[in-house]
Amino acid sequence: MNPDRMELVCPAGGFPALRAAVDNGADAVYLSLRGETNARNFPGLNFDRKALQKGIAYARGKGVKVYMALNTYPQPDIWTAATQAVDVAAEEGVNAVILADMGLLRYAADTHKDLTLHLSVQGSATTADALNFYHERYGVVRAVLPRVLSMPQVAQVIERARLDIEVFGFGSLCVMVEGRCMLSSYATGDSPNTKGACSPAHAVRWIETGRGREARLNGVLIDTFKPGESAGYPVICKGRYQVGSCDDTIYAIEEPTSLSTLDILADLLKIGVKAIKLEGRQRSPAYVGQATRVMRQALDACHANPDAYTPRPEWASQLAGMSEGRTQTLGALHRAWQ
Amino acid sequence: MKLSLGPIQYYWPRERVMAFYAAVEQWPVDIVYLGETVCSKRRELRATDWLEVADRLAAAGKTVVMSTLALMEAESERLALERLVQNGRFMIEANDATSLGLSLGKPFVAGPNINTYNAGTLRELRDIGAVRWVMPVELSRHILEAMHKARPDGLETEVLVFGRLPLAFSARCFTARARNLPKDDCQLACLDYPAGLPLATQDGSGFLTINGIQLQSADPNNLIEAMPDLRAMGIEVVRISPEPEGTEAVVKAFRGCIDGSLTPTQALDAMKPLFPRFCDGYWDGGAGMNWRESVSA
Repeated sequence: MNPDRMELVCPAGGFPALRAAVDNGADAVYLSLRGETNARNFPGLNFDRKALQKGIAYARGKGVKVYMALNTYPQPDIWTAATQAVDVAAEEGVNAVILADMGLLRYAADTHKDLTLHLSVQGSATTADALNFYHERYGVVRAVLPRVLSMPQVAQVIERARLDIEVFGFGSLCVMVEGRCMLSSYATGDSPNTKGACSPAHAVRWIETGRGREARLNGVLIDTFKPGESAGYPVICKGRYQVGSCDDTIYAIEEPTSLSTLDILADLLKIGVKAIKLEGRQRSPAYVGQATRVMRQALDACHANPDAYTPRPEWASQLAGMSEGRTQTLGALHRAWQ
Repeated sequence: MKLSLGPIQYYWPRERVMAFYAAVEQWPVDIVYLGETVCSKRRELRATDWLEVADRLAAAGKTVVMSTLALMEAESERLALERLVQNGRFMIEANDATSLGLSLGKPFVAGPNINTYNAGTLRELRDIGAVRWVMPVELSRHILEAMHKARPDGLETEVLVFGRLPLAFSARCFTARARNLPKDDCQLACLDYPAGLPLATQDGSGFLTINGIQLQSADPNNLIEAMPDLRAMGIEVVRISPEPEGTEAVVKAFRGCIDGSLTPTQALDAMKPLFPRFCDGYWDGGAGMNWRESVSA
């Protein structure tokens, strides 16, 4: 990869989203096979083998790489399905698999020596020593950093890490260290680690009451929305609660907001980030297309002249229009957020 | 079956920690995990203080293990970890991949924050030196049984049987946020909440506990009624996570159950007055927050 460029890695929850990403300037797309072997295991989402072949052919035809995420922690009852998914990835010739589980990393490294390995954000590796552990032991060549480090910390990690670093550039913001959050299974039984699901749809109930519209997750009241208030999908970390003896209800964990690194792309390039990932395999093809197009333009401008890079107002407004809660944050990259 | 005491998850003043472990010297626990696992800004005890506590507990016949931070971010944390790994006297409990990398080749315990969800991962951990693994809290009895059966030689299994569940870690400090303080100027607010800060839903139901950058369950997980099953499976170690109040009674209840002097029901009855509610939902493969008291007597 050109050292002065950051690869744009875009989500593909299905073939139409893959096509939208490819047509709008993705350098790579990431996708998953159907089932519990990936962290976006939602009904109607992801690829069967035939769709995978079609997707790979389409992306290849346009010079775009395909990565396959297999980033849950397979328990014994789905272990065989998980190793078979690794086999499929190798047989179909994806450019890399994105793994989190040490057992699965070992399987992939031993069974498919030519398969390129990336460490998923679900791998929770937040230091150079952790990353180098995965690099030395399994030959992992790239890792996605959890959204918990500040910019100076990311720079410090890159200095000592012996693999390439990918960071999230735009999309939903996980407040918790990815791979270390069991809030969803605590309330519903299903978590990203175990089932590839956070706040699964089967547990969500919307109830109209005199006080407003209640969003409940397996019975737990996540939030109450007054008439006219925009109601986001109920995830535990973005609900309103009472803390301690205080009667006010507050966003005790995080507001509904999206991560956007549009303003700091040049800084990310300078510290040596090698790839920017857009979140959202659960998003529509239209969303993926638009987010990809904006980030493509921004990255091209950034690559052409990093020192003079300033995001155009229309990029910011387009991304803002697509953001959860219509607000944006740098998340942990900006120390004050923490 | 051995009984262990996990690291204190909360931030207590130095005197309280010292008094707690002075009492632990007399408690019927076999293994004691020591150290700060949640936040590196919690420095009431220095590294040398922890080693002193460790020495006293070892002299009282306890096996001491030093636990590492679950979330490593700063360079200073790595340097502290390197020193801890090289302490030369006590085994460490690794709680993230940084400590896995640094303790390569040395015997260690793979803590509850290492994601160990299958036998392939158990073999990896054994291969790099683990002598025991602690089950991630969201796994069920059914998965534990399969993994314990498939574990490699030389690897013991430990299960958290009592205590608030560590559910999530963040870069953000939720205690500071609740107090409207920036994390970098948190004024060590955690010292004001020796059992964490309760978080309730808008209908007043207890849901979570805020503990700095960590979120825990509202109520302690309690697997006392699963003790016969754990014993039948051959689980080597069961762990109790300290609470500011009632921990000695909990230790005695589980010890009584292990020794056969208390039935699980008697042991549960002894703990009930100390806590408003428990949870155990993960054990049956359901939502962790659930509590389904069995009726077996």
